[in-house]
Amino acid sequence: MASTSTKPIAKPTNTLLKTPTGIHGLDEITLGGLPAGRPTLICGGPGCGKTLFAIEFIVRGALQFNEPGVFVTFEEKADELAVNVASLGFDLDKLQRDKKMKIDYVHVDKTEIEETGEYDLEGLFIRLGHAIDSVKAKRVVLDTIENLFAGLSNQAILRAELRRLFKFLKDRNVTAVITGEKGDNSLTRQGLEEYVSDCVILLDHRIINQISTRRLRIVKYRGSVHGTNEYPFLIDADGISVLPVTSLQLNAKVSTQSVSSGIAPLDKMLGHSGFYKGSSILVSGTAGTGKTSIAASFADATCKRKEKCLYFAFEESPQQIARNMTSIGIDLQTHIDKGTLQFYAARPTMYGLEMHLVAIYKAIKKFKPNVVVVDPITNLITVGTVGDVKSMLIRLIDFLQKEQITVMFTALSLNNIVNEQTDEGVSSLVDAWLLIRDIENNGERNRGLYIMKSRGMKHSNQVREFVITSDGLDLVDVYLGPEGVLTGSAREQQTLLEETGHVLRTHAVDRKDREVLRKRKVLEAKIDSLKVEFESAEEELNKIYTEEDIKRKVLEETRRKVSDLRRSDSNASANTIKKGKSKK
Amino acid sequence: MEQEYYELRLYVAGKTAKSVTALRNLKQYCEQHLKGQYSLEVIDLLVNPQLAEGDQILAIPTLVKKVPEPVRKIIGDLSNEEKVLVGLDIRPRQREN
Repeated sequence: MASTSTKPIAKPTNTLLKTPTGIHGLDEITLGGLPAGRPTLICGGPGCGKTLFAIEFIVRGALQFNEPGVFVTFEEKADELAVNVASLGFDLDKLQRDKKMKIDYVHVDKTEIEETGEYDLEGLFIRLGHAIDSVKAKRVVLDTIENLFAGLSNQAILRAELRRLFKFLKDRNVTAVITGEKGDNSLTRQGLEEYVSDCVILLDHRIINQISTRRLRIVKYRGSVHGTNEYPFLIDADGISVLPVTSLQLNAKVSTQSVSSGIAPLDKMLGHSGFYKGSSILVSGTAGTGKTSIAASFADATCKRKEKCLYFAFEESPQQIARNMTSIGIDLQTHIDKGTLQFYAARPTMYGLEMHLVAIYKAIKKFKPNVVVVDPITNLITVGTVGDVKSMLIRLIDFLQKEQITVMFTALSLNNIVNEQTDEGVSSLVDAWLLIRDIENNGERNRGLYIMKSRGMKHSNQVREFVITSDGLDLVDVYLGPEGVLTGSAREQQTLLEETGHVLRTHAVDRKDREVLRKRKVLEAKIDSLKVEFESAEEELNKIYTEEDIKRKVLEETRRKVSDLRRSDSNASANTIKKGKSKK
Repeated sequence: MEQEYYELRLYVAGKTAKSVTALRNLKQYCEQHLKGQYSLEVIDLLVNPQLAEGDQILAIPTLVKKVPEPVRKIIGDLSNEEKVLVGLDIRPRQREN
């Protein structure tokens, strides 16, 4: 971090030279650090981290920038100070032995001192000058010079000497940090800001809903552009980390690559390929709608692609999630064992939002995942206001976008105003928003999933029924019929009903077919009998003909026989009879 | 109390007007009140800056009474005799109430 933060000062033109502090994030906000060779005032209430800020300035200067420093303390003794910062891994004794740092404890005790007549603080100047010379210091801290006001009563002299002191520091060309306790109506109790006019940084420690948040603001920075917001900062094992609220520009890289959601029908709804890489996805729904399951299946899909996933669990423990997900056929444990999936679980109330954010930053920086899951973001509301959570998420999304990490948030909606606000608040930040709704009818609850938005994708506008089976998640088309949208068993029932109807219908058709067949058979039988009848009639008719024929033959025979018998001129008459017959 | 021996140090930074005044005042008081029972060491911090730390010197000039205990410091040009004597515990403090 330090190496990146030193980059902005790479242009030492005739603009203000800056001294990098090495404090995480501060050099970004100040665009390079504190004004070099000039005093900077750090003010704030008790316990806001002034001394730590100052000591970090010196130690990091000595270690990272090879600039030795002098730490003049008016409050704590050198060894006390060393013990106090040892927890941050700063070895002040070693630094002092290596001549990289000098701690000078200035003790001012009013009870020991009697003032009479004119005096000046030349003694302090000589000490400071001597200390600076002894380590060739480039940095000086006075912590906190206001203690002089408690020890010495002649304000006129003090103020004149302070003015001289700051001039002295400038003349020595050291970058100085002066700490001052916050006053009631002024930045410092003794109005030190009057003397230090180059750079003033205000530290603040606020407690809202029992959760403390530290904030830092650059009140003034003469001759330089600087971030003007209140930046949250925190103090942890690595010292101070300041977080830029948002990156100054909206110019993160974008990708047209897409990543699968792990649920094939959902990918299809999203236009066949899933989410865009580096985008942010919000899954919101009421309790028990399967948000975690969607998140887990996304994580699972990521790990199956041999990519890395970091899962921030703010509700359940990793073991619990892993166990629960086996019930729907998602085996997260193997991914954990392989190291492609990492869990980061913390109770939201464990510390403030900013601490969470930094913890998330750090975990991401360390693990370098492709996909991040935050489950759920709504739990963070318990430690901050909606606005705070939103600003935290903005920064998180910003950061993730810059790193090209796809992120999935889950959000619990309770149908109350606060949470709807979160949804709305966050929804403008995210690229895709899946909403899972409870659809309750016929005495059962079913889940309907739809895509509220998906930037830059031709996504489906349909409500799908979201079913959780032992083999994973699936989306089913809901039944759209005359009775409206049907889901769950009602949908099944409807399907069954339709099947029954189909069976019945086929049966009916079969019967009709058979009837037709029968009718046909009857008709055919009828046709047959008619044919037979016709044949018999024909036969009858033929019989008459034959009989007549026979009769005629017999008649002719008889006649011939008769004529033969007569032997008369009956030949001719016999011929005419024949003729007549043939005519016939 | 009269018999105690006083070990005094006066810290100065060069020969400034204040330092000179302070030294002159101090010598006068000592001769007057502590004749023969004090030692006075004048330390010039411009010459020996490293000595400033040991006695926690901030202001110049500073008179430090090392012995007898308790250690006391008197800063300024020592123009107020009463205050100096009280500060050195030569004269008891007169507190109100």
